[in-house]
Amino acid sequence: MRGPTAVIAVLLLGSLVLWRATDRLQAFTTESARRLAVQRAPRPLPDPLLQDQDGRIFRLSDYRGRRLLVNFIFTRCPTLCLALGDSFARVAEALPAARHGGGVVLLSISFDPVYDTPERLAAYGTRHGADGERWRIARVENPAELGVLLARFGVVVIADPVFGFQHNAAQHLVDRAGRLARIFDHDAPQAALAALGP
Amino acid sequence: MTLAAYFAGERQSRRWCWAAAGLAIPALLVTPTLRQVLEGHLVLHLLVQIPLLATAGVLLGCALRFADRIDAEREPLGPWNAGGLPGLLLTLFTAAYWMLPRSLDAALAEPAMAAAKFVSLPLLLGLPLALSWPRLHPIARGFVWTDLLSMLGFLGWLYLAAPTRLCSFYLLDEQTLLGQGLLGIGGALALCLAAKAFWGRPR
Repeated sequence: MRGPTAVIAVLLLGSLVLWRATDRLQAFTTESARRLAVQRAPRPLPDPLLQDQDGRIFRLSDYRGRRLLVNFIFTRCPTLCLALGDSFARVAEALPAARHGGGVVLLSISFDPVYDTPERLAAYGTRHGADGERWRIARVENPAELGVLLARFGVVVIADPVFGFQHNAAQHLVDRAGRLARIFDHDAPQAALAALGP
Repeated sequence: MTLAAYFAGERQSRRWCWAAAGLAIPALLVTPTLRQVLEGHLVLHLLVQIPLLATAGVLLGCALRFADRIDAEREPLGPWNAGGLPGLLLTLFTAAYWMLPRSLDAALAEPAMAAAKFVSLPLLLGLPLALSWPRLHPIARGFVWTDLLSMLGFLGWLYLAAPTRLCSFYLLDEQTLLGQGLLGIGGALALCLAAKAFWGRPR
């Protein structure tokens, strides 16, 4: 009887491990696991000093009570960040001005703070139509604080010999309590708009 | 049966060689230099480091098994591995786990997962495979080969067709290269199996 017992034990244990390792067969990649985890349990975020394209200093916590749609970019990016900027521009266009005033602010944070000076952030903003109020382009004021911010958001940035960086591009919704609450595909403005509600 | 008696009996020197190689491979692979090189590229991580760790387990299994004379009572955990099926299932589950893109990412990001990789691939994949293989029915062996073939084809297609990166820690180019590598190996394996099927000597 030891043979069949062993078969059943391995089947049960193996299935259990795979079931848990894939979040009940829902997440096979790190990126999908991150999205699922955030959706299940909104995640508090660190609050480093940020500097926007006009040189103004602010924090994420300045937007408590309002919602933020955040993406991560670097201004030299020739590929994904263009799509990200494009997607953000469409969200900005589609959101009525009233809602921008009271509710939703778009924020693009550079993960290349040494190269991306406020002037370069401003140039990126102009290219994509960011006005600096409804849509701000920013960098962390102290580059040493970038790592913690990215880790908490779950953004992985790796060096690319050709393009500078590759990163898991997405749109991150920060709720009124300042928690990371939802993550959408980088090229899906409709999904972000739908979640922001009427 | 004690471990000492194991190595004192028949095929003694060969057992020692297998055991030594099976221990030396992981010891080498765990060195920082080799880890950096092999884990720096997706294709080396998945097609060199992981297969070598599994191979180390196979060598350890060869040191312990009695391939020529299947003697369940004398092998470690032998009575529990009837027909080789429990060991084969353990191998398949471990392989499936390390095929998950997020497992590879985690092995880079978390030291505990890295340790789990270096321990589980030899001991839960290679070792049970080597101990089970001589006991498997030829049909079961055929199943293993075709399963490997379909897995190589599926994973190769997946890595080539995915529009985004599946592993957060590797570049998109690496993913394409891995897809091509997997399909290449799958193709070569298919040719080998076909050659064996049509021109091999039936046993």
